[in-house]
Amino acid sequence: MMRTTILLVAGLMSASATSSLAAGSEADYKAAFAAAEAANKEAGSLRNQWTVTAAALSDAKKAADKGDFDQAVAAAKEAEALAKASIFQATSEKDAWKALEIH
Amino acid sequence: MGANVRAAIHLAVALVVLAVAAPPFVFAAETPDPVADAKAFQKFFTQKFPKLKPEDFVNGPYSMNEDMHKQWEEKEQFPPYEFSLEAGKEMFTKPFSNGKSYADCFANGGIGVRQNYPIFDAKEGKVVTLELALNRCREANGEAPLSYVKDDMAALTAYMAFTSRGKPFDIKIPNDPRALEAYENGKRYFYTRRGQLNFSCASCHVQNPGERIRAEILAPALGILNAMPIYRSEWSGMGTTSRRFTTCNSQIRGVPLEPQADEYRDLEYYLSYVSNGLPISGPGARP
Repeated sequence: MMRTTILLVAGLMSASATSSLAAGSEADYKAAFAAAEAANKEAGSLRNQWTVTAAALSDAKKAADKGDFDQAVAAAKEAEALAKASIFQATSEKDAWKALEIH
Repeated sequence: MGANVRAAIHLAVALVVLAVAAPPFVFAAETPDPVADAKAFQKFFTQKFPKLKPEDFVNGPYSMNEDMHKQWEEKEQFPPYEFSLEAGKEMFTKPFSNGKSYADCFANGGIGVRQNYPIFDAKEGKVVTLELALNRCREANGEAPLSYVKDDMAALTAYMAFTSRGKPFDIKIPNDPRALEAYENGKRYFYTRRGQLNFSCASCHVQNPGERIRAEILAPALGILNAMPIYRSEWSGMGTTSRRFTTCNSQIRGVPLEPQADEYRDLEYYLSYVSNGLPISGPGARP
């Protein structure tokens, strides 16, 4: 009986912790998504977007639509990291391409 | 006065030192030289594959080994592009609703001219590919443009390529800084790494022709456009140069540009130019 009560309380506490975390992370998601979109837009201006960035952005949106903001934030952050990598690639390739040229 | 003379002497000495110290190739490397590029490009491939004749390169992966070459010979008995070729001939000869036809838009009525494309259009200041010229012809005659990536466009270019079979690529770079810039932009695009896989066109088609990437044998960049458009078994259908460029980009996890974007037009200009002298073999068939 005692053990059941403890488990129940623990379960309730964990559920409430999860829901409060989820409620708090919608704003996090929006911020993370905006940052990822901005970085991907910059990659677009360099004509160097990656398909995986678009896929991660789409995953983030789907997760947010389901209310899974933890997953949404994770996917948005991944999208931002990918977009930044594509910007780095485009920037470094401005000169690095010459190393491959046939002479 | 003395100080001015000293400064002038220092300046003169510095200029002489610079002129002597700077190796001439630094300047040569900065000045685009398409003729030297094409020579080096062709030499690279003929040295890498010494058994191949220059004209063999236009058969892409089918030129890379004997087994593949046998497959190609068998395929050519009943070429899978034949239906497209026939459709293209019919489309090409059928007049537009205003009574004019494609023949009115091209030199020599469009027959045997494929080897001259892309051209540099001095009026527009840009490269014009055959696919672009065909759609411009349609629009000038009140017809809707075709999709650049397959079906009708592939059929039309297949027919035009067929009428040029055996004619060597003859791409011209006129004495116009914009043409040279377009060529250079195309070259840069060819060698620039992109996509999450960090591949350039050259990663596959210069560094690894003849090698496998998964089940496919990679084609050499030399002569790669001579066979366009192609029937690809992987696509179960025909594809244009635009389709080839955009799918290459997505395969390396890069978002493709819109077909006939300036970058692709310039890339086609560069790649065609460095294959000058090699015969048109299109339409082609590829695994």
